[in-house]
Amino acid sequence: MTCKADGVVAAVRAAAAVIAEHRVELIDLDRAIGDGDHGENMNRGFTAVVAALDAGAPETPGAVLKLVATTLISKVGGAAGPLYGTAFLRASAKLGTAGDLDAPALVDALRAGLEGVQARGKAVGGDATMVDALIPAVSAAEKAAGDGGDVAAVLAAAAGAADRGADSTVDLVPRKGRASYLGERAVGHMDPGARSSALLLHAFAEAAR
Amino acid sequence: MSVGIVLVSHSAKLAEGLAELAAQMAPDVTILPAGGLSDGSIGTDYDEVVAATQRADSGDGVVLLYDLGSAQMTAELAVESLADPSAAVVADGPLVEGAIAAAVAAQSGKDRKAVAEAAAAAGMPEDLEPAEPAAGGGDEIELELRNEVGLHARPAAVLVRALSAFDAEVTVRLGDQEADGHSVLALMSLGARLGDRIRVRARGPQAPAALDKAKELVDGNFGE
Repeated sequence: MTCKADGVVAAVRAAAAVIAEHRVELIDLDRAIGDGDHGENMNRGFTAVVAALDAGAPETPGAVLKLVATTLISKVGGAAGPLYGTAFLRASAKLGTAGDLDAPALVDALRAGLEGVQARGKAVGGDATMVDALIPAVSAAEKAAGDGGDVAAVLAAAAGAADRGADSTVDLVPRKGRASYLGERAVGHMDPGARSSALLLHAFAEAAR
Repeated sequence: MSVGIVLVSHSAKLAEGLAELAAQMAPDVTILPAGGLSDGSIGTDYDEVVAATQRADSGDGVVLLYDLGSAQMTAELAVESLADPSAAVVADGPLVEGAIAAAVAAQSGKDRKAVAEAAAAAGMPEDLEPAEPAAGGGDEIELELRNEVGLHARPAAVLVRALSAFDAEVTVRLGDQEADGHSVLALMSLGARLGDRIRVRARGPQAPAALDKAKELVDGNFGE
């Protein structure tokens, strides 16, 4: 199974719905270790993404992701805006103008997104950030594609791994972002960015089923 | 013409106030604030940063300074998005001191690279003196830090503020390094943490009172 622009649009709309549904959860996670605005910011960003898609959806998967990127950059604010914006922008650039998204292209896009986040935020694995969800997600996606999995299988594998990665941030001492100021006191709390990354991948995976 | 400067802050007031301050030192330099969100709340507005960067460029390029984490990312993303990303550079420096230093450098006709370097070099922590044990005389006490973050920003600021009330020269030593007790940056540079034992030395008419105050603050975990 491959995916065209309309499939990507459906996945992004599903992501917006999931973010809206989990807005309060993300706010609560962020309130524990940050400034509490992650849920609100993400919801504002994805609400704007949906409005932009309503106004006219682009014709290629890459163009859809670029619209997502530019909208999130402008609307999300906080650290999540430039981070997710960069992720979607790099993924979009990797997809180029291809009309079809297949599993290998998806893996390339996911990897490009992860690399973008790391370049922007300078975080590595173990810093208790969204990178801790994305690194295992990309590895799992690569493996699933290598095993012959289609787009849906790749996203399902990525989402499952992202969950476990997000869970792992509970036990980590944050070394990036506002949570890092808390040091050891942040242990016991899941990183809200890792959680939102896992939520997005789950929404994409559900939409691709 | 000169290099333009954009101040990226989470706070509109901070960016505007700093632009006003820096402009005092550099009347011919375009210094634009890009602070806060469009609704007046705290945050960084990518579109505003891009617009300010474009407006600040009179042909010699732009140097951007930022306050905290996401402001840096927003500034970097804005630069990458320019038609010519090489026209602007995000400087790694303290926002206030860096803005002043950058403004002065731009006013004196320095190029983009030199202006960014001036910003980066501004307000660097003062060099710590290698401490000579028992040198200089004065009273000295040893204190153990029991607060979570040690002598980090807030406790260091609390200590500096308190010590400024006394007519005394105060230094703080950790291991073989010594910092001026009146410099927040120098104190933070010691890296004194929970469990560390610092030696506080004071000279001058109110040296004993200054040491008493330092002991009171350390014993009280700086009010944490």
